Amino acid sequence: MRVSALPLLLAVAGGVPAARADWSLNMTPGVTEISQAVFDLHMTIFWICVAIGVVVFGVMLWSIFHHRKSKGAQAKHFHENTLVEIIWTVIPFVILIGMAVPATATLIKMYDKSEADLDIQVTGYQWKWRYQYLGEDIDFFSNLSTPREQISNDSEKGENYLLEVDNPLVIPADKKVRFLITSNDVIHSWWVPAFAVKKDAVPGFINEAWTRVPKPGIYRGQCAELCGVDHGFMPVVVEVKPQAEYEQWLADVRAAKAEQAAAAQQEISFDELMAQGEQVYNRACAACHQVTGEGLPNVFPALKGSAMVLQDMAGHIDIVLNGKSGTAMQAFRDQLSAVELAAVITYERNAWGNDTGEMVSPAEISQRTAASATE
Amino acid sequence: MTTLHQSVKQTEQHGPATGLTRWLYTTNHKDIGTLYLWFSFIMFLTGGCMALMIRAELFQPGLQLIDPEFFNQMTTMHGLIMVFGAVMPAFVGLANWMVPMMVGAPDMALPRMNNWSFWILPFAFGLMLSTLFMEGGAPNFGWTFYAPLSTTYAPPSVTFFIFAVHMMGISSIMGAINIIATILNLRAPGMTMMKLPLFVWTWLITAFLLIAVMPVLAGVVTMMLMDIHFGTSFFNAAGGGDPVLFQHVFWFFGHPEVYIMILPAFGIVSEIIPTFARKRLFGYASMVYATASIAFLSFIVWAHHMFTVGLPLAGELFFMFATMLIAVPTGVKVFNWVATMFHGSLTFETPMLFALAFVVLFTIGGFSGLMLAIAPADFQYHDTYFVVAHFHYVLVPGAIFAIMAGAYYWLPKWTGHYYNERLGRWHFWLSFIGVNITFFPMHFIGLAGMPRRIPDYALQFADFNMVASIGAFIFGFSQLLFLYIVIATIRGGEKAGDKVWEQPTGLEWTLPSPAPYHTFAEPPEVK
Amino acid sequence: MDAMQRKNLRLVRRLILGCLLMFCFGFALVPLYDVFCKVTGLNGKVLNVGPVSIGGQDLARTIKVQLIAVNNEGMPWLFKAQTPQLEVHPGETRKTAYLAHNPTASRMVAQAIPSVAPSEAAQYLHKVNCFCFDQQPLEGFETREMPLLFVVDPELPSHIKTITLSYTLFDITPKSEQHTELIGDRSTTRRIWL
Repeated sequence: MRVSALPLLLAVAGGVPAARADWSLNMTPGVTEISQAVFDLHMTIFWICVAIGVVVFGVMLWSIFHHRKSKGAQAKHFHENTLVEIIWTVIPFVILIGMAVPATATLIKMYDKSEADLDIQVTGYQWKWRYQYLGEDIDFFSNLSTPREQISNDSEKGENYLLEVDNPLVIPADKKVRFLITSNDVIHSWWVPAFAVKKDAVPGFINEAWTRVPKPGIYRGQCAELCGVDHGFMPVVVEVKPQAEYEQWLADVRAAKAEQAAAAQQEISFDELMAQGEQVYNRACAACHQVTGEGLPNVFPALKGSAMVLQDMAGHIDIVLNGKSGTAMQAFRDQLSAVELAAVITYERNAWGNDTGEMVSPAEISQRTAASATE
Repeated sequence: MTTLHQSVKQTEQHGPATGLTRWLYTTNHKDIGTLYLWFSFIMFLTGGCMALMIRAELFQPGLQLIDPEFFNQMTTMHGLIMVFGAVMPAFVGLANWMVPMMVGAPDMALPRMNNWSFWILPFAFGLMLSTLFMEGGAPNFGWTFYAPLSTTYAPPSVTFFIFAVHMMGISSIMGAINIIATILNLRAPGMTMMKLPLFVWTWLITAFLLIAVMPVLAGVVTMMLMDIHFGTSFFNAAGGGDPVLFQHVFWFFGHPEVYIMILPAFGIVSEIIPTFARKRLFGYASMVYATASIAFLSFIVWAHHMFTVGLPLAGELFFMFATMLIAVPTGVKVFNWVATMFHGSLTFETPMLFALAFVVLFTIGGFSGLMLAIAPADFQYHDTYFVVAHFHYVLVPGAIFAIMAGAYYWLPKWTGHYYNERLGRWHFWLSFIGVNITFFPMHFIGLAGMPRRIPDYALQFADFNMVASIGAFIFGFSQLLFLYIVIATIRGGEKAGDKVWEQPTGLEWTLPSPAPYHTFAEPPEVK
Repeated sequence: MDAMQRKNLRLVRRLILGCLLMFCFGFALVPLYDVFCKVTGLNGKVLNVGPVSIGGQDLARTIKVQLIAVNNEGMPWLFKAQTPQLEVHPGETRKTAYLAHNPTASRMVAQAIPSVAPSEAAQYLHKVNCFCFDQQPLEGFETREMPLLFVVDPELPSHIKTITLSYTLFDITPKSEQHTELIGDRSTTRRIWL
């Protein structure tokens, strides 16, 4: 059943050189029980359609070849037959029932509501994903990590072009993981083909989906619902690790977080901030404000020569931390560490000829974020 | 108010006006039909250019020609123009030309409204296309314009988009009213309902669908307008609304809309196949009932476009079963066409070639539709190129091929000349090959996991995208050949007799070719 | 006016009436949809609000209730559940709270929108009192505890063991600023940090 169907087109298209890609023809069977069931269902329906197609097109082709006028065919004047018409209404109906039974069974399996081992809140943002592990203090954003130069064809494209992120979602193998999916702005759709999980992220509402992945590995997917200009640039990457490695990862993340907090208290030189700021800027800000800092006229404001950037330091910090309501400017307080925030603000105030010479220290930033977190 | 009778009398005395005013003021169904058909062809080329821009960008991975923002505007405008500007007006144009001649009526029932319903369209689409030059750009939220992307997050041009949709909605509704009135009230004596040609039947049912759902579309864009400008919260969760509600209302319109674009195509094909099989259509009555049941079912399947929004299990099951049911009447139609060909005496002129391609390729689109109806599998197909492949298979070699078939079939009746058969066949084969090279690989890239509406893609999708782009350019440019053929046929060519084809049935073939400006001033007697 | 014209006019009138009815039907879908949601629990809309009388607690069953906080775009408040996870018995009225802090210098007004997963559970989660009933204003740098009182209906289907209740916080400041006096019942809230 797992044979890739229709090698026919391969032959047709065979003349085109197979550059770097594979001529993948079929749906992935995936790695979970559910995705396997979906794949089997897909193949069953596919072969039923092929069978019906062979019969219908067969009769049609037979007529085209044998009942043509040029071969002297005379038309036989029959134009209705109640029995035949009833038969070809009933037979499709029976076939459909045959399809509906396995489809319903699979669907019921997908709607299983049993207890999950781990719950993860997945929030869609324009244009990134945020993962929050319920009951653990783990909360991070997952951005596209493909360099801009690859997208603009200025450098060779990597193996996982557009399907790679800075922080993949990490889940333990062989555990039931429940995803609580919602959105921060417009509708997104969280999709991992290997798990056969696709669920819309709707602002204000929560959707759930689940998976249980037996096999450790890295699985890639994409946002599936048009969500604005960078809809094509918000992949989903899930890393499935064995339980022990997963726990190690948890510990590592916590350690890294503590380290970051400590780093925020240390002095960092202006040059270091600028270097890091440029990286952060290109990753988090350049999608809208552009690498040149010039923004897009009437859509995204320019930072180069902007009054706020040149003069109003407090306002600048405030807008980066808290975003600006009613615009596409997000609150970056939760998305970036104190060091990154300080770096990017410093960078914006000194890049592209802004040259204010002013610098914001991580300590200043963490003071502002800490003040608001006193609870 | 000019009555039909007066209008016929007047022009009978004076003949058609000359120059621009003939077209501006015309109330003649043939003139208006011609206007609709030319308008839709211009829109077809416009939407086609947008499609070629999309395919050119997708020729290779990486961003080359257009930026993602413009890409989104192109996908949106391509969809809107093809659906509302190309396919629907083309069918209305064919109905204008053929329905009065087929039912033995002197003209459409409401000639002035007919003029009005056409002349709204150029303004609606002028408004729509002008958004491309506005600040913030044209609508960029897809032709399905899901809230909140199309409300809170939309460019300012969305307001113009809403007005354009209102205008074309009004135009469609007026067109539909006119067609219903013509069919119900102006049939020649003896032309009973069950003697109506199938093209007329399918259009009658389509017109009722239009009346039922275009107002719902008007409603949904009005709600958007109110959300954007008047502070209501129909689709805004912050005020107690729900973005998913938008999708329900939209698809309540959207699914019947899909059938609006295919039922008249069924009618055209049901006219053409019997003519070139030299045999009566098999199962006339079951064709009528199948069309009616498809129209009915179209109202209870809308949420199959929304299987991933988080419907409860019972909802998924209901919409899955209802959707699967549509396969039954659709199957009946395909079987009837095949049975009509079976033991016929077939010839393969261009209209027949397009009609045969329609049957095969529409059926393939039907199969992928059946696969999409299976809710669990739809979790993998939804919003991928598999869906793009599916609906292009039912709309391009479906609706568009049927329109082409109809155009070739009736061109001799309209112009009095045969088209160039050799060029017609070239047009057919280029289109047929182009369409399949374009859309068949989309099944594969969809199954491999490429989402729709993305301007750039991962490397494993590269090869088939390149193939699809090549096919798109073949298909696109072969339509210029069609333009040439039509113009050449209008200008001259072999003279066509009254019957045009060997054994066509229907009142239109009792008229001279070209059909005189006024036909059936005295109703014919139908035995 | 000849007979044909009268016949046409009558038909046109009916068809236009049909159009108008369908236009209204489009709008009628809005309340119909709410009814539909209530019946099927679609979208996890929580429509059961206000005091309820539920007879008896079901001490044999324990339901895990997860409380989630989401900030909608452009909403800078710090917003989280006081206790992210609770164990409750069906029929037991539980009190908990969300914490909100306005980190900006200016006064803002928020509206919280609740949603429940799995959606079938929505109709069994009754809110006796909830901060989401009202718009919530916070002065600049103000922090507040926003209470929530809820009961899980003992009728809850037995296969549901976890209910997730999420609140999405929307910034509605510009809209409501004109009529701030009408909203926000401060008696139910308590300042804990300034």
